[in-house]
Amino acid sequence: MTNPLDSIWGTIISGFVLTAVLYAFIDALV
Amino acid sequence: MEGSTIALFFRWGHLLAGIVWIGLLYYFNFVQVPFLKAVSAEGKTEAFKHLVPRALNWFRWAALATWLFGAALLGAHFGDAFMLKGQYAIIGMGAWLGTIMLLNVWGIIWPNQKRVLGLVPASADEKKICARRAFLASRTNTVLSIPMLLFMAASTHGIALFNQ
Repeated sequence: MTNPLDSIWGTIISGFVLTAVLYAFIDALV
Repeated sequence: MEGSTIALFFRWGHLLAGIVWIGLLYYFNFVQVPFLKAVSAEGKTEAFKHLVPRALNWFRWAALATWLFGAALLGAHFGDAFMLKGQYAIIGMGAWLGTIMLLNVWGIIWPNQKRVLGLVPASADEKKICARRAFLASRTNTVLSIPMLLFMAASTHGIALFNQ
């Protein structure tokens, strides 16, 4: 399996996926 | 000077330093890494001598300045933010991500880059490992910067996004 961080788009998409996860976490908290 | 004026100066400093930091982070990831892969050995040596150290210098000090201005801006709410209390959870998540990114810069990227650049002696094999480590830490910071910027912006401009 290739590391998504080896590609620029893999890195950017990972950032947006992480944003969605953290948004759900903080949204549940506030 | 009023508290709100001082806070404005801290916010201004935070934004200025943050643009230098994250701008250079994106430069490294989107421009420099592909450039160094494509360039000749001679060009790479020149870049390692004259370009990369300069960029890294601005990068790591801007990272520290951004964090310090951010901490000053949080002021008395520093603890509330880092403990993700109430509505401070929004800026707090941004602050946590920024802090992890700062630790990545000073604890992983810079020590490994010093070996890659030859500022600290290292064998060719060690340099390869250090380059990979610095690359992955830099890519991780690029990933973290995306939610970090949302939480930073949302703390003043997008509170309605969150369920309050």
